[in-house]
Amino acid sequence: MADFRLPPNSRIRKGENFRLTGSAGNVRRFAVYRYDPDSGENPRLDTYEVDMDHCGPMVLDALIKIKNEIDATLTFRRSCREGICGSCAMNIDGSNTLACTLAVEDVRGDVKVYPLPHMPVVKDLVPDLTNFYAQYASIKPWLQTRTPPPPDRERLQTKEDQELIDEPAACILCACCSAGCPSYWWNSDRFLGPAALLAAYRWLVDSRDEATGERLDELEDPFRLYRCHTIMNCTDACPKGLNPAKAIAATKKMLAERR
Amino acid sequence: MATSILHRATGVAMSVGLVIFAVWLMQTAAGPEQYARFSGLMSSLFGKLTLIGWSYAFFFHLSNGVRHLVWDAGYGFERQQVDASAWFVLVLSILLTAAFWVVLP
Repeated sequence: MADFRLPPNSRIRKGENFRLTGSAGNVRRFAVYRYDPDSGENPRLDTYEVDMDHCGPMVLDALIKIKNEIDATLTFRRSCREGICGSCAMNIDGSNTLACTLAVEDVRGDVKVYPLPHMPVVKDLVPDLTNFYAQYASIKPWLQTRTPPPPDRERLQTKEDQELIDEPAACILCACCSAGCPSYWWNSDRFLGPAALLAAYRWLVDSRDEATGERLDELEDPFRLYRCHTIMNCTDACPKGLNPAKAIAATKKMLAERR
Repeated sequence: MATSILHRATGVAMSVGLVIFAVWLMQTAAGPEQYARFSGLMSSLFGKLTLIGWSYAFFFHLSNGVRHLVWDAGYGFERQQVDASAWFVLVLSILLTAAFWVVLP
């Protein structure tokens, strides 16, 4: 049975309020989830006022400014700052997305920043993605072949075959989709989640891969694949505009058709 | 997301409603007096609202079930299509419920 209340040590308390001193024309408030496992204290919500006239346009720019100028203890992951590494995935304004591709001006009111939901928190905005990565590894995300490659060249694909894997291969594994899926919240120990299933689909439809049967065998399980109930949150959340729900439906169809 | 949780909620509501249906059958068998008492209760405002709610649950679950059937066939997964079919199902279920109570009697 699902727990609808957070355990007592996870309930969020009011935190500090960092006010902006001096005058600034364009001030935005950021309410940021803070949790330090070493302190033994409950998580808290700190608010920071940021002068947007002296800050980049994206939520990530504001977080970096907060860390640099207001509170150096704020912890978050970030790297590419252009939506290709997936490091800064977090829950902003109630939706999972990348802090680097969401403009502050597209958020109304206080900008609420939480870590990806229903994941163990390492510190502040940093979730523990160990299980998520293990699930990705479990679908064997590499080319499996039995026949030897042609002696004089690589294994080639037609343009049409390549286009089949174009979209699923564009996944950056940011975990926005899986962390937004209620089925994944309740059963992340057994349900693979949309990200891993999209990756599985990417290899299922790869014309060069020769382990399609084994891959489908692995997925044919009441939990691993079929905990997907087409809730569609994954497709709604994906900051890359990909469609895990469609890929999962196509996988279910492949399983139905091979019977 | 909203239609998904509503699908589950209406599924539960339909199961609960089956209890009322079973009681109705039992009262039918229990004789005219019992039946009159039960049908009196169900004709009250509260009873009518319950029945309207039950029929809405049925029509929503039915319409959204067809939506899931289309999805399972592999169609309608683009974001715009998903939004459009959600609104379609929400409006259709209300129209069907209205038709059931206004047109049918």
